[in-house]
Amino acid sequence: MIRVTRKIEFSAAHFYDNPNFSEEENRRVFGKCANRHGHGHNYVLEVTVAGEPDPATGMVLDLKELKDILQREVGDRMDHRHLNFEVPELSGKIPTCENIAAVIWRLLEPKITRGNLDRVRLYESADLFADCTAESNGVRI
Amino acid sequence: MTASLKISLTRRYRFAASHRLHRPDFSEAENARIYGKCSNPYGHGHNYVLDVTVTGPVDPATGMIANLGELDPFVQHEVVEAFDYKYLNEEVPAFSKDVPTAENICREIYRRLKPFPAARLERVRVEETNKNSFEFEG
Repeated sequence: MIRVTRKIEFSAAHFYDNPNFSEEENRRVFGKCANRHGHGHNYVLEVTVAGEPDPATGMVLDLKELKDILQREVGDRMDHRHLNFEVPELSGKIPTCENIAAVIWRLLEPKITRGNLDRVRLYESADLFADCTAESNGVRI
Repeated sequence: MTASLKISLTRRYRFAASHRLHRPDFSEAENARIYGKCSNPYGHGHNYVLDVTVTGPVDPATGMIANLGELDPFVQHEVVEAFDYKYLNEEVPAFSKDVPTAENICREIYRRLKPFPAARLERVRVEETNKNSFEFEG
């Protein structure tokens, strides 16, 4: 089995707000991230697909195809967008690294037809990333 | 289609510290043979990079596995303040017994972070330089 990883970057705005929390509670739990004017990150997404290389091509999947899927499903949806307001898949969810990674997994999984989606790694900054993998006894979110 | 997903969160920290790889129960020749330059009696140092990975359910109220407002001060207190700008052999009690190799540093950091109450510690990864890294999962 071979793992193939492709990277895509996107820049987006967000803030953290739980409507069930008071203003004060939002500030206490989310700190600076609760600033209602929002702030932004240069997100780096690494998507890993695992599979056996096709003996005819030597490839697990066509990287150009994966590049197009990432652009369509993630880039077009999230690049230069405000994640709280412009990405329906995130509506009702706080756009943390964890939640965005899980949403990206759900978007990509049905589109990967060669090999299996193995891991979605989303960097919010060089010092923080979330990993999303399939696990039989994982948590349903 | 709604397969269960496992989410983990990894946060990077940094500390700079000196150490010496040397065992008093080895002869000088043995220390030199096993640890080479790392056995220099005056010690030497590294800019360590520490990746801490936690896992667990994502709290729907916060969207988080662990709030960095809790994880950062915990790691800061348990590891960074204890290791940063220190001579590990003499200033971190664990290394009066164990040689402060990156392997043992990984294990000691894991031991210190394991009690983090808000999420499950999954992995500790230490880069001693940008050419070598070490991971411990308990």
